[in-house]
Amino acid sequence: MKNEFDLELERYELFAEPFYNFSFNRRQFLKVFSGGIALLVPASNLLAQEQGESGGRGFDQRLPNDIGAWIHIEESGAVSVFTGKVELGQNIRTSLAQAVAEELHVPVNTIRLVMADTDLVPFDAGTFGSRTTPTMAPQLRKAAAAARETLIALAAEQLKVAPADVRIVNARFVNHDASKSLSLADVAKGQKLVKTIPPDVAVTTVKDWTIAGTSVPKVGARDFVTGKHEYTTDIKLPGMLFGRVVRAPALNSSLVSADTKPAEAIAGVTVVREGDFVGITAPDPQTAARAEKAMALHWKTPGQPGEAELFELLKRDSSPSRGGGRPVGSIADGMSAADKKLSQTYIVAYIAHAPLEPRAAVAEWKDNKLTVWTGTQRPFGVRSELAEAFRIPEDKVRVIVPDTGSGYGGKHTGECAIEAARLARASGKPVKLVWTREEEFTWAYFRPAGVIEVSTGVKNDGTVTAWEFHNYNSGASAIQTKYAFPNQNIQFHNSKSPLRQGSYRGLAATANHFAREVHMDELAQLVGMDPVAFRLKNIQDQRLRAVLEATAKSFGWGVKRQSGRGAGIACGFEKGSYIGTAAEVSVDPKTKKVKLERIVAAFECGAIVNPVHLHNQVEGAVVQAIGGALFEGIHFQNGQILNPKFSRYRLPRFSDVPPIEIVLLDRKDLPSAGAGETPIVGLAPAISSAIFEATGQRIRSLPLDAQMSPKV
Amino acid sequence: MANVTSLSVNGKKLPLNVDSQTSLLSALRDYLNLTGTKYGCGESQCGACTVLVDGVATRSCVTPVGKVAGKQITTIEGLETNGQLHPLQQAFIEADAMQCGYCTSGMIMAGAGLLKNNPKPSREEIVKAMDRNLCRCGTYLRIVKAIEIASGTAKEVRK
Repeated sequence: MKNEFDLELERYELFAEPFYNFSFNRRQFLKVFSGGIALLVPASNLLAQEQGESGGRGFDQRLPNDIGAWIHIEESGAVSVFTGKVELGQNIRTSLAQAVAEELHVPVNTIRLVMADTDLVPFDAGTFGSRTTPTMAPQLRKAAAAARETLIALAAEQLKVAPADVRIVNARFVNHDASKSLSLADVAKGQKLVKTIPPDVAVTTVKDWTIAGTSVPKVGARDFVTGKHEYTTDIKLPGMLFGRVVRAPALNSSLVSADTKPAEAIAGVTVVREGDFVGITAPDPQTAARAEKAMALHWKTPGQPGEAELFELLKRDSSPSRGGGRPVGSIADGMSAADKKLSQTYIVAYIAHAPLEPRAAVAEWKDNKLTVWTGTQRPFGVRSELAEAFRIPEDKVRVIVPDTGSGYGGKHTGECAIEAARLARASGKPVKLVWTREEEFTWAYFRPAGVIEVSTGVKNDGTVTAWEFHNYNSGASAIQTKYAFPNQNIQFHNSKSPLRQGSYRGLAATANHFAREVHMDELAQLVGMDPVAFRLKNIQDQRLRAVLEATAKSFGWGVKRQSGRGAGIACGFEKGSYIGTAAEVSVDPKTKKVKLERIVAAFECGAIVNPVHLHNQVEGAVVQAIGGALFEGIHFQNGQILNPKFSRYRLPRFSDVPPIEIVLLDRKDLPSAGAGETPIVGLAPAISSAIFEATGQRIRSLPLDAQMSPKV
Repeated sequence: MANVTSLSVNGKKLPLNVDSQTSLLSALRDYLNLTGTKYGCGESQCGACTVLVDGVATRSCVTPVGKVAGKQITTIEGLETNGQLHPLQQAFIEADAMQCGYCTSGMIMAGAGLLKNNPKPSREEIVKAMDRNLCRCGTYLRIVKAIEIASGTAKEVRK
């Protein structure tokens, strides 16, 4: 087995390495800066924020060497924000515009975000890990505040008044008696001013927010409801050809022989063969399909493990320990202090991201430069992959990411971009390559499967005295707990995964919360306590307590339920935000089919930036969680994905979604954290516990439905 | 097999020349440049490719063009009239019924097809009619709300 299928997620998750890959330096900035006023965010500010340090390093008038983002007030008065972040439906195009508009005191629709074009925007590691809101937004906010102060000073000169007498009203700079006013263009015209965020710039306090903190509608919504928005899959260049990759019948296959002559004989078709890669370009998709049929390829596929042996393998091939941290206290002491002990194993299946827009890329080689449009969460990472694949310098590669048909952590890599670029290079024309749904299921990567073993001790009064937790393969995210357990040994064990795996919305936080929260439910049962009271007994963290209590209250926890129904609850923390989730289910006594009756989720991520969009992110995460909790799972054998299509891989649909109540706790006193991931983690354990209450059956493996009513 | 040489799309007769077995989806996207209609699965499971054929919501990915030559096809691009959004398009904006937006065209076309035949659908009827359309971002509840807004059956609109 090739070893390239190691966990990719830790690389993205920890992110402790310094930024070494800055490509956007002063020189490049000056190439694109035409005039007007620019406020630069040094990349080091973003990094410092990432590492939890405060603020800048002293103001100087020199430009920073490494630029992380910048705001441009053009001479025309147009305001542009340049950031490497990617819009995938999480609505940061809207929320970042809100932050900037707030500080500039201009309407949101005057702000244009230039995102994820590696020739135009500064380096950014990627859009993942719920980092845009806690790191990028505050820095852009500072830059906008500094820009406003600069603009006011310039306006004051023109208006011949003191800066303190200038107000901004309806995007105009107004003098003391409102007798004169200037537009942004009036002030920016003829300027050529570049500044770095000063360290002492004051930003609007959360309680004074008027634009942030409100439900600004999605930027560009009209283009989405009219079909005008151009995704990568919609791009068409002059002379563009359609690409197709001829896939092996199974993973890890090698090409033994290929007769491609009949395909090459078709007019307009180019066949590309490099090693085990066989691709086609043709003037239209039908001709490409015809060319594929005309080929005779022979592949050799090695024997490969299947799902039946998966969990045994993940344990067998695991490392002694790779992360999780130093033990706290002594497990032995904790166990001897316990009245009762419990050991259980929890497992989670591989699942697929299944973004509705599959991987796609349009590649063009022109004037010795490669340009690729592609939907990825890491435009600069994909640029590096392309540069490496074609042995060309990074400045000869441009990656442009149109707002994308989502990713959920599944679009970190550039394989489709590389394939399209190969095909374009061979055919000498621009090429569009759109993966089929089956390719998306088979040749991308999955959320890791995992085995989690938990051994604990508990006192009869509900105090957990020992907590030993070993996660094999699924990852270390949220492996640590906010519960106040005095004795802990928590370890993550890397393993050799038979399938390619990587990031997924929430990473391993879902697996770790599933194991932890189901186990907590089991412990509560063991000592005969109510699951909420039992958790509260072990919680000291006030924010965790708050979401749990809010969930229980809104859900009506403790109310007697009809027979055949059950309720479950879970709580957790990850990436700076807190989630509580409760679910009520009914289980058909004959078919054992689980039906979700209702869900309550309480979420707290500091100060709320956009209430409606936050509500929607939380609701969307909960709906996505239904799939992984109940029915999503990859079936595989001998290098073949056995359910690589929507007719065999069930995703949540309209009829699966029960009434969902979202409770948002707005902590204006706390910095805003990201919200895209954490709300996904609580549902699976809540449903498992609800099924237990309804049926007495404890299910410790995801997807739950497969255990309730195994397929015949 | 005979080729299809024109299609009636959004009230216009558009020339093209494709094999009659070509999917309507490919004809629209690859030949007629109407890219608002999306590919999602190619097996009529996700509904991203939904268009109206003679007013009926139809999966263009599994519909050969030969079957719809001569019929009236409406795509998302043809839903606006005189620059006015269709009430359902407007309702999608109002209910914020999209995240990444990739499923949105198909959702709106499926919803428009439903409203054409059933102007005041119940919640159950909406869920039943829309159940073959997937939204991986999980906006289902808001899409139901949008259809209710457009049909005038919405109880309250979240501001």
